[in-house]
Amino acid sequence: MQALNTQSTTYNDGVIRQFSIMAVVWGVVGMLVGVIIAAQLVWPELNLGLPWTSFGRLRPLHTNAVIFAFGGCTLFATSYYVVQRTCHTTLFLPQLAKFTFWGWQAVILAAAVSLPLGFTQGKEYAELEWPIDILITLVWVAYAVVFFGTIGTRKVKHIYVANWFFGAFIITVALLHIVNSAAMPASFMKSYSAYAGVQDAMVQWWYGHNAVGFFLTAGFLGIMYYFVPKQADRPVYSYSLSIVHFWALIFTYMWAGPHHLHYTALPDWTQSLGMAFSLILLAPSWGGMINGMMTLSGAWHKLRTDPILRFMIVSLSFYGMSTFEGPMMAIKTVNSLSHYTDWTVGHVHSGALGWVGLVSMGAIYYMIPRLFGQKQMHSMKAIELHFWLATVGIVLYIAALWIAGVMEGLMWRAINTDGTLTYTFVESVKAKHPYYIIRMLGGLLYLSGMVIMLWNVLKTATSGKAAVATIPPVAAHA
Amino acid sequence: MDITTLRILATVTSFIVFVGIIIWAWKRRNTSDFKDAANLPFTND
Repeated sequence: MQALNTQSTTYNDGVIRQFSIMAVVWGVVGMLVGVIIAAQLVWPELNLGLPWTSFGRLRPLHTNAVIFAFGGCTLFATSYYVVQRTCHTTLFLPQLAKFTFWGWQAVILAAAVSLPLGFTQGKEYAELEWPIDILITLVWVAYAVVFFGTIGTRKVKHIYVANWFFGAFIITVALLHIVNSAAMPASFMKSYSAYAGVQDAMVQWWYGHNAVGFFLTAGFLGIMYYFVPKQADRPVYSYSLSIVHFWALIFTYMWAGPHHLHYTALPDWTQSLGMAFSLILLAPSWGGMINGMMTLSGAWHKLRTDPILRFMIVSLSFYGMSTFEGPMMAIKTVNSLSHYTDWTVGHVHSGALGWVGLVSMGAIYYMIPRLFGQKQMHSMKAIELHFWLATVGIVLYIAALWIAGVMEGLMWRAINTDGTLTYTFVESVKAKHPYYIIRMLGGLLYLSGMVIMLWNVLKTATSGKAAVATIPPVAAHA
Repeated sequence: MDITTLRILATVTSFIVFVGIIIWAWKRRNTSDFKDAANLPFTND
C-alpha cells in the first residue's frame, strides 16, 4: 500500500473516472424515478396498488438518488479532480479514496433497497435509517481525510478558492448529518429521533436548509469556480469577490433554516430571524453569480460555439433566478401564499435542474474526454441536443408549477362573504391536473437529455483509454 | 455576564470580522497574491 504517495508524479484519476461514470448512471436512475412519480401525480393508478411502488416510498428514493447519488458522485469526482490540479499533488491516502467510492456506492444501494421497503426516519432528505447513517459517517470522514490531506500536502502556496468551497461543504455536511441523524435505535432499521416536537422540526430544517446551502450550493460553487474559468480559458473575474462571496455564505446560510417553518409552532422571533437571514443571502448569492458570469467578459462569443460553456452559464442564470426567488419566498407574507403549494416544488427544481444539474453536466462533459485521453466528447452535436432538451424541460417544469402553485395557494385562501371557504381541497387538486401533465413532460425532456449524455459518455469512455495526467514539476511554479 | 450579552458579543464580533475580511480582500497589498491564486487552475497546462 502506498502510504502517503507523496512521490507520485501523476494525478490519481482512477477514482474520478469511477465517480464520473456513476454520477451519470445515477442521474439517469434518479431522474427516471422522478418522471415516474410525476406521472403518478397525473395518473395515480401508476402506483400499481403496491406499497413498494407507492408515491410515499418512491419520492424519497427520487430525492436521495438525485441529490446524494447523482449530486454526491459529481461532487466526489469534481472535488478530487480540482483539489489535485490546484494543489499540484496526488490524492492523499489513495486506498482511502477507493474506499470512499465503494462505500458511497454501498450507501446508494442500501438506500435504493431500504426506501421502497418502507424503512425511513421520516426526515426529509435524511430518511435513511441508522445503520446506513453510520456507513455515511464513515465514508464522509474518509472523504474529509483524503480531501484535507491532499490540501495539507500541496506543493503550492495558495489554496485555490474552489477548494475552500469544497472544504466548507465537506465539514458542514458532516456536522449536519451527525446532529440531525442523532437517534435512539429501537431495532435493526428502526429508530427514534433524539429530539422532540418543535425542536425536532427546527433541527430537521436547520439540516434541510443547510443541505441545500452546503451540499447543493457550496459544493457546486466549488465546481463553478474551477470549471467555468477552465472552460472559458480565463481566470475568475474577481478573486477578491470570491473570497467575500465565500465568507458571506458561511456567515449567513446557517441561520436561514427557520423559513421552512413559517406560521408553525416555532417561536415568532425564530421565524423572523430566518426570514431576515434569507433576505441577506441574496447579496452573496448574486455576488457569486456575477463573479461567475463576468468571468466570460470579453469572451462572450464563446457561448455561440461551445455548448459545454453554455451549460455552465445557463446554470448560473438559474442559480441567480432561484436565489432571488428563495429569499422572496422566505418573506412571511409571501410564504403564507406559497407554503405547502407546488410553487415550492417548482422553486426547488429551478435550483436543482437548472443550477445543480446543468453545472454538473458541464463539469462532467469537461472532465470525461480528459480522463479518457480524448480530445473532446464523442459527439458535440449530442451535447448541443442535450442542452436544449434540458433547458426546454426546465422551463416547462418550473412554469407549470409556478402557475399550479400560485393558483392552488389562491384557491386555498379564497373565502366567501360569509366567511366560508370558496373551494374544497379536492377542487384545487383537480385544477392542477393539466399543469401536472406539463410538469411530467418537462421532466421527461430533462431525463431524455440525461440518457443522451449517458450514451455520449459511454461512447467517449469506451473509445478512449484511462489517461495518465502528469503533475507539473515543483520548479515550474516555485 | 448573562447569555444575552454573550449572544450580542458573538454577533457583533462576527460582523466586525466580516468587515475585516472585506477590507482585507480588497487591500492593494494582496493584489499580486490573489492574481497568483486566481491563476492556479492554469498552471497545469
